[in-house]
Amino acid sequence: MDTSSRHGIKVHAARFTAQAMQEAVRDAFVKLAPRTMMKNPVMFVVLVGTVLTTGLSLQALAKGQPWAYTLVVALILFVTVLFANFAEAVAEARGRGQAASLRAARSQLVGRRWRNGQFEYLPAAELRPDDIVVVSANEQIPADGEIVEGVASINEAAVTGESAPVLREAGTDRSGVIAGTTVLSDEIKVRVTAQPGASFLDRMIALVEGAQRQKTPNELALTVLLAALTLVFLIVVVTLPALAQFADVKIDVVVLVALLVCLIPTTIGGLLPAIGIAGMNRALEANVIAKSGKAVELAGDIDTLLLDKTGTITLGDRRATEFIAVAGARVPDLREAALLASLSDPTPEGKSIVALAQAQGASSGDISSSTFVPFSAESRMSGVDLASGRRIRKGARSAIVAWARVGSVAVPADLDAAVDRIARGGATPLVVADDTRVLGVIALADIVKHGVRERFARLRAMGVRTVMITGDNPLTAAAIAAEAGVDDFLAEAKPEDKLARIRAEQAEGRLVAMVGDGTNDAPALAQADIGLAMNSGTQAAKEAGNMVDLDSDPTKLLSVVEIGKQLLITRGALTTFSLANDVSKYFAIIPAIFVAAIPGMAALDIMHLSGPVNAVLAALIFNAAIIPALIPLALRGVSFRPGSAESLLRRNLLLFGVGGVVLPFIAIKLIDLVLAAVFGAR
Amino acid sequence: MAEILLILALSVLLAWPLGHYLARVLKGTPSRSDALFVPIESTIYNLLRIDPRRGMSWRGYALAFLVSNALLCVFAWLVFMFQHWLPLNPDGIPGMRWDLALHTAISFITNTNQQHYSGQAQLSYLSQMVGIVSLQVLTPMMGLGIAAAILRGLFGGLNAATAQEGEERNLGNYWVDVTRLSLRVFLPLSLVLSLALTSQGVPSTFAGAQTAQPIDASAGMAEQTIPVGPVAAMVATKQLGTNGGGWYGPNSAVPLENPTPLANALEIIAIVVLPIAVVFMVGPFTGRRRLTALVFGVMATLSVVSLGLAQWSEYQPNAAVAGLAAPGPNLEGKEVRFGASGSALWAAVTTQTSNGSVNAMHDSLNPLAGTVALVNMLINSIWGGIGCGLVGHLVFLLLSIFIAGLMIGRTPEVFGRKLETGEVRLLSFLIVLQSLVILGFTALALVIPGVAANSNPGLHGIAQVFYEYTSAYANNGSGFEGLGDASYWWNLSASATLLLGRYPCLLIPLLVAGRLARKRQAPESAGSLNIESATFGATMIAVIVLITVLSYLPALVLGTVGEQLMLAGG
Repeated sequence: MDTSSRHGIKVHAARFTAQAMQEAVRDAFVKLAPRTMMKNPVMFVVLVGTVLTTGLSLQALAKGQPWAYTLVVALILFVTVLFANFAEAVAEARGRGQAASLRAARSQLVGRRWRNGQFEYLPAAELRPDDIVVVSANEQIPADGEIVEGVASINEAAVTGESAPVLREAGTDRSGVIAGTTVLSDEIKVRVTAQPGASFLDRMIALVEGAQRQKTPNELALTVLLAALTLVFLIVVVTLPALAQFADVKIDVVVLVALLVCLIPTTIGGLLPAIGIAGMNRALEANVIAKSGKAVELAGDIDTLLLDKTGTITLGDRRATEFIAVAGARVPDLREAALLASLSDPTPEGKSIVALAQAQGASSGDISSSTFVPFSAESRMSGVDLASGRRIRKGARSAIVAWARVGSVAVPADLDAAVDRIARGGATPLVVADDTRVLGVIALADIVKHGVRERFARLRAMGVRTVMITGDNPLTAAAIAAEAGVDDFLAEAKPEDKLARIRAEQAEGRLVAMVGDGTNDAPALAQADIGLAMNSGTQAAKEAGNMVDLDSDPTKLLSVVEIGKQLLITRGALTTFSLANDVSKYFAIIPAIFVAAIPGMAALDIMHLSGPVNAVLAALIFNAAIIPALIPLALRGVSFRPGSAESLLRRNLLLFGVGGVVLPFIAIKLIDLVLAAVFGAR
Repeated sequence: MAEILLILALSVLLAWPLGHYLARVLKGTPSRSDALFVPIESTIYNLLRIDPRRGMSWRGYALAFLVSNALLCVFAWLVFMFQHWLPLNPDGIPGMRWDLALHTAISFITNTNQQHYSGQAQLSYLSQMVGIVSLQVLTPMMGLGIAAAILRGLFGGLNAATAQEGEERNLGNYWVDVTRLSLRVFLPLSLVLSLALTSQGVPSTFAGAQTAQPIDASAGMAEQTIPVGPVAAMVATKQLGTNGGGWYGPNSAVPLENPTPLANALEIIAIVVLPIAVVFMVGPFTGRRRLTALVFGVMATLSVVSLGLAQWSEYQPNAAVAGLAAPGPNLEGKEVRFGASGSALWAAVTTQTSNGSVNAMHDSLNPLAGTVALVNMLINSIWGGIGCGLVGHLVFLLLSIFIAGLMIGRTPEVFGRKLETGEVRLLSFLIVLQSLVILGFTALALVIPGVAANSNPGLHGIAQVFYEYTSAYANNGSGFEGLGDASYWWNLSASATLLLGRYPCLLIPLLVAGRLARKRQAPESAGSLNIESATFGATMIAVIVLITVLSYLPALVLGTVGEQLMLAGG
């Protein structure tokens, strides 16, 4: 899906503007504060190395010894730290761009509080939960809340970027409204549900700005491993002079610092925070607000997706596909009756019956003086009372049969067979009858969304099972499940069945994700490992889920899983790359350290670098430059092709493992050639 | 060459049924031999007041292991110090100094058998039999018990089917595992091998040292004392149990420990057969046959490469005598009867398996073969010691899963259980510990004047010290020698290294397994990392080589690698 065209105000607006760049560069320096640096042990060691080498160069300067080389090393180290900080700052700046556009939407909101029969104008910041505010057409909603009275169409573009208005109504699952959105028509009373500063939008902004940013569990684990590797290399470097002195080899401290910095995993250490922030930003670009980075990470681990049939797997509306006449009636009679009964029917199903009947050649006479009988939960059927006195009804089999019995109309023996045949084909049977006879059955088929089947196949290849939830009977459900290619289905499901199914899946050790919007979905959303709430849903649903989709598109869950996987793959790929890089750096620096004392070491110099000084500088320059070179990859994420774990592993290992060994050999050699050309072989 | 292949093929062939037998013994599968063993086992359980049906958590298992080790260690220490007051000392050998006795006790309780003494001259028959051999029997089985407990933990423990998430898991009973393994596996094998070695001429007597008149007067002595004793039993246990400590100072290079070509072949097979059998045990023990394929594939690949390099290296001439009219392989420090090939084979397998017995002097290996021996011990899980080799392999497995696992887009899981910060912290600690201990002590020994007391200057001197600590940490026990190692410094620093190389390396993985066992287990799907694949096997090899080489390359460059480069550079 191309989000950029639909969501004009999204992150894209903030992509690397000159101002964002400036901010990121400034932040790169701000982040040099030791307290901030301590959180990243790898880069902290580089910073300490910078200070140490700077001191050494100043000392040499004071003593009148050569100092320039040491200073250059110090400078490269400093730049390495800045690059790492810059990577994080750029990721944050992109998030902030998003936040700024969101915040603009709520500037200066004013609410009309309704109290004791009187209005009172208040700044939004002074509204408290349970206050009732009244919002009329063309006014902005001042605070998150639920409609307690009225119906309104609302433009939520300020939050979702979607300009088509949405309908919100009291007492339904679509009663939630968001601060900053605009009422287009009618007037509603809204009960405020959020504390000032803690509204949905506020939390979103806080989240995006990184105010709540904590290291996710996997990020923390990786940081621990990287810190351990750093410690190992610190031990290696610290003990090296002790070993060397036994063979009367003196090692320059500056070269030792260079060796240390080259060996510790600076590439992944520098990019790790940016990768995490970028993951959340990617979720935002897809218009999904994750309440924590952990949720995005967890999305990659999902084993089972619970998907509502309607709206997710099938188009929301069923469509008439076939007329089947029963004994004693002809298809044209049925067609004509169905058409008459549906002409005034405003539902999509009714319209589709009209369309099918007309397409098959049925025509209706004048129905202007007839009375339309709308569907009601009580009668469970709809129809028309014609001026001629003829009454036509359509509805579920049981409802029509009951109606026919009351009117002493015979029920043909082949009705059940026709009904069953339709149900087995995955469609819903709608029986049509009039005062004198039962005419036949209309098949209302669910239309499986285009491309859904392929998407499920991709998920299956990734090891994610899909379970369809539907209120349909098992026969219909099975047919649709087969057509859509889901792995399993839950038919005649009540809300509590969802919860039970989630618990059952979790008891078998699976991580479950689900989509929900209604208040009765809230327990299931809370129980699921990933609960993606629809923005159009109730406040309760949004509170219960750990992600909210601003577009209210249930298929978004599939994108969320992919974003989670991409985040983890990017982290793993860059870790592997970073470690693999060390091989070549050893081949550059080890000969440089020892070749003067132990001439045989020249054999290790397989890159044939121009000299020890250039070798060390080339390795350090590569080490620094690879960080900004990989920032785009860290922000974009490693391109993710769904496939089996085996194929993913093989591909990424070749690309980042083998590539990580080979690339720096070439790069260091090239940098050395440039250094030799400019400064001569040293 | 054909001889090497035959010996290796025989070892693998023998290890296969032995591995399945190990699994049955550890699972407590009923067998016909129960009639013989159950009464003995019951007696032991009664004596030790053990309820064999009671399972242990990782904590209980670790505690039992530590307590039994501490008691045995103190016991052996006392025996060595006071052997002159104890019976079975026909040659009137005096008691050991406290530090040497301590180092010896620790060295044998840690299944290392690093020797700062010469057995024939410094240990009584009682010390050899009670102190040395009993530890040589028990410690490999203790290591295997820990490995079994860890495997149980990785699959949720013995109560996996009934336990709730977060509930403590039953990892087996330590006393039962060690008793059954010792009685049903180790002692019968040792008995067979010691009889076979006795038949080849290895001494097996309680009589004191023999005297002989040298035929060659130029030997410059009127008569020579030839120490003997119950040697065959000790040699059998030292080879079978990845122990390696010889009766005689020069170990299996001495004809009395290793008299014939057949004895040599039997001993090589004995060195590798149990470590390989442990790998074959994994499949039937865990019910995951393909896991054996992964472990065997990774270990065998590394083993063959290491063997090949060592062979090639020893066929190169010795640099010290280069330029002779008839150049030949490097025979310095080798028994001519074993030759370059037989010695290189032994050097490779004894360092791969954490055995540490030698039939040639590793100090005199060409630098490349010396490097091979060192890298084998740094990895310490190419087969590795019985049990501990598998544990080391599992640590690399978990690390590989953590690093590579992310690349399939899931947070890393081990057999469905998530590898999280707590586990990664513990595993990371192990990596840091190894480099801290080995490099730290090496640096100290080289910096503090006089403590190393080594026989060589320059790079080879560095290699001698590095080898000693590497061997101690790997619980291998072989030496580059050439160190004045009967000093307080060497006895105490090596003792510390031995302890740190044994207990954290076995107990931390046990703790990790205990933690993993309690976690929720996700069913495996097409989206899970398939570790039993060639791709993952290659990944693991890369991780093993990378972690080892990256951490120790500078130290190796300042030792054997540097020497090799200087040879190559002329």
